[in-house]
Amino acid sequence: MSLIIDRRLNGKKKSTVNRQRFLKRYRHHVKAAVQEAIDQRSITDVDGGSDITIPRKDLSEPFFHHGQGGHHGHVHPGNHEFHRGDRIQRPPGGGGQGSGAGQASDRGEDMDEFIFQINRDEFLEYLFDDLELPNLLRKELKDSTDYQLKRAGFTTAGSPDRLNIVRSLRAAHARRIALSGKDRKVLRTLKRQLREMEVSADPVDQQQASLREEIKLLNKKLKRLPFIDDFDLRFNNMTKAPQPSSKAVMFCVMDVSGSMTQEIKDMAKRFFLLLYLFLERSYEAVDVVFIRHHSEARECDEHDFFHARETGGTIVSKALLLTHNIIQQRYPPGQWNIYIAQASDGDNWGEDSSTCTSIILDKLLPVCQYFAYVEITDQHHQNLWYEYATIAESYPDHFAMQHIHSYLDIYPTFRRLFEKKEGTHVGR
Amino acid sequence: MLAAEAPKRHTIRREKPLSTGSEWTFELLDLYDREFARLADKFRLDTYPNQIEVISSEQMLDAYSSVGMPLMYNHWSYGKTFLNNQQNYQRGRMGLAYEIVINSNPCIAYLMEENTMPMQALVIAHACYGHNSFFKGNYLFRQWTDASAIIDYLLFAKHYIARCEEKHGVTVVEAILDACHALMNQGVNRYIRPAPVSAAQEQACSREREAYIQRNLNDLWRTIPVSEPPQLRQDERFPKDPEENLLYFIEKNAPLLETWQREIIRIVRKVAQYFYPQRQTQVMNEGWATFWHYHLMHEMYDEGLITEGFIMEFLHSHSSVVFQPAFDDPRYSGINPYTLGFNIFRDIRRICEQPTEEDREWFPDLAGSDWLDAVHFAMQNFKDEGFILQYLSPRVMRDMRLFSIEDNDINPYLEVDAIHDQQGYRQLRENLAALYNLGNREPNIQVYNVDVRGDRSLTLRHYLHQRRPLDRDSTHELLKHLHRLWGFDVKLDSVDQDNIIQYIFKTESNSKELVKVTSKKRVNR
Repeated sequence: MSLIIDRRLNGKKKSTVNRQRFLKRYRHHVKAAVQEAIDQRSITDVDGGSDITIPRKDLSEPFFHHGQGGHHGHVHPGNHEFHRGDRIQRPPGGGGQGSGAGQASDRGEDMDEFIFQINRDEFLEYLFDDLELPNLLRKELKDSTDYQLKRAGFTTAGSPDRLNIVRSLRAAHARRIALSGKDRKVLRTLKRQLREMEVSADPVDQQQASLREEIKLLNKKLKRLPFIDDFDLRFNNMTKAPQPSSKAVMFCVMDVSGSMTQEIKDMAKRFFLLLYLFLERSYEAVDVVFIRHHSEARECDEHDFFHARETGGTIVSKALLLTHNIIQQRYPPGQWNIYIAQASDGDNWGEDSSTCTSIILDKLLPVCQYFAYVEITDQHHQNLWYEYATIAESYPDHFAMQHIHSYLDIYPTFRRLFEKKEGTHVGR
Repeated sequence: MLAAEAPKRHTIRREKPLSTGSEWTFELLDLYDREFARLADKFRLDTYPNQIEVISSEQMLDAYSSVGMPLMYNHWSYGKTFLNNQQNYQRGRMGLAYEIVINSNPCIAYLMEENTMPMQALVIAHACYGHNSFFKGNYLFRQWTDASAIIDYLLFAKHYIARCEEKHGVTVVEAILDACHALMNQGVNRYIRPAPVSAAQEQACSREREAYIQRNLNDLWRTIPVSEPPQLRQDERFPKDPEENLLYFIEKNAPLLETWQREIIRIVRKVAQYFYPQRQTQVMNEGWATFWHYHLMHEMYDEGLITEGFIMEFLHSHSSVVFQPAFDDPRYSGINPYTLGFNIFRDIRRICEQPTEEDREWFPDLAGSDWLDAVHFAMQNFKDEGFILQYLSPRVMRDMRLFSIEDNDINPYLEVDAIHDQQGYRQLRENLAALYNLGNREPNIQVYNVDVRGDRSLTLRHYLHQRRPLDRDSTHELLKHLHRLWGFDVKLDSVDQDNIIQYIFKTESNSKELVKVTSKKRVNR
């Protein structure tokens, strides 16, 4: 007689451990594949899982087997042309297993690579592996206006909704034991005397009666002890613990003047997107503010930021000033972690660059966690780059700049900007 | 193929069909199982009790990935298999197997919930009565595996390895397992029957064994020269007789391993031994199960228990199971064991029931005898090699249009040395049987010597069969694994039938370089 069991509700993730071990073992392969994927992806689907391709020979598990050469025999089905004694040209590449009859293998290619998928979280983990947000700890607790209630033991006073029943009853029980101890001891002695008297040979009724009376009185007294008293109540105690701010705002500042082509904007967009994904992993909420500028600066939405075209000269300082104003109005530095990313082709109105430097030094760097500047151009640097270079020298922890030539530079540049630095991430 | 089927005795269809829709329910599974059990009894299929488990496709993928066992220790290679299967399945490149069946007592068979009722019925017939009776009846399984103990043993193994990982770290345990897995095929006893595994005993013995092994090891290595002259000749080889089971030899004799490492080697060895019969009976096992699902379903149909639509769906699945593409078909990837086994078993029945002149000449004992006796005898007493040698008939060779190719590297061409004709039958049959001989297929590698008094290096011997050399890259990797287990240099000589060394592979303590010796030199036996 067979037993039929429904196992469908049993766990189905039995292979998870093995899968993780596999990923761990081939970590550097996976990482390389992720980096390759990020370079080739279209802008919109950076945020998703990915196919990972690893050469199959790198993961082979060896076992003793015969190589080519020697004397082999093969048997195949479906003969329709051969006779005994027919000789066939040895197929190129040797007469290994299975190729004896010379059939072409059009599935060969896909046997060489091992392909599997990782999900979004895993993808991002490999993508941002070894990277860190600079100055993440800089938000000092005293600035913090966010509090979280934390449990902190028990108190004897509080509001009824915090009443801890178990603790209260335990206290009541202890009080009752403590207060009644002496009386109960007397009671026990009296009861024993009474029992002895009852079983003894010549009971004295009068004595027994008085004993009973005494016991009754004592019992009454004990009963008068309150079951629970105000004194017994215990309440859960909560204290306010200051919370380091877990909110971040990211300012995307981009030059949209005529010299910025769509291609350069696309590259900038990729860079901003990577930064956004990275911030999203470290903070609960990330706000993004888009600021576009030519000779005027304006806050806009994402679509306009990347697609609207305008012409005109370039004055970077206006965008920086606008950034500063927005920070003042909407993002008090005590509550927000502020990141500023600026992308440009390096063009700026000649005399404006020094103004930029002073705005950054005086107004922006003191309030923001990190200022990243990427210059996307394949031409020579202009004065903005050299101005910024002096800032980067004096504030290496908070200001960084990189140069992007092509699509392929974006991810490596990003990594360079955020790679882990020994000991520099703790704030001043 | 179906049209060629021998005509059936036409029984009157009097019963009402068990079901009409394609949806299955637990009640229906039970009903079908009862009917199959009744028919199996009629055909004398002796089985272990069945435990049928319904699982989802994800669970099937899980089960697939850990060599089909319901529980298994953790290893990255199972994760790799899992990812591979998952990818192939999701891309529709691979259908999941309809079933997995485990040689255990009770015999556990998995059904997938996505299957239709006819598929479930097919799987029950195939796994629960076909494979199950094979596990219980075939001599290899009877002698070499203990179906009642395997699940408990795997549980013991899983816990033991998990404990080792906790204690010594995953990476170290993984290194041992990698090495053992690589040598798994060289970790079985081919001739000496092993003691059956038992989890309880294992646990009880494992401590005793610890002490014993350590004592023996000390004896063996005590003879390391300290004051003796360094050039002392080693007269006797150790081991005295070559040892075919490399993992066993290492477990018992490797000087530097810790006890838990020996225990892990032992676990892998036991698992390898458990699967050894399955590797030798693939054609028979699948052929037998296919033969019986085919017959049991037809029997049901004849009794009117299943409908026309049901049998059509069954036949569709059946014919895709036994589909054999020709050698020049792009889908061709070798001979389909289901097809070959099914054809041979079906042909045994045909020879018994409707022998031709040719059959009387080739199978005088079989022709006209009771077919049920004949197939049971064939199932019980052979492994693939012998089964093909004994039962592959000219008719099957003709039907499958088999031909044999000789690939000798001293010739610049391949030669067709036998086809399905009068002169070729015997040669063809021998060639095909030889392909299923594990002894030919796998290199014959044995432990030859240990330099007990010298540098403790281990020498293995590969006995060349038909001049087939070892694959260089993988052998190189394997020697590294061996080196990891043994702890000292490892050398592998390939010798031909005259005991002349043809190739030498060895690890060097510093540079792990592969050395090939081209000059041939005589060595003493």
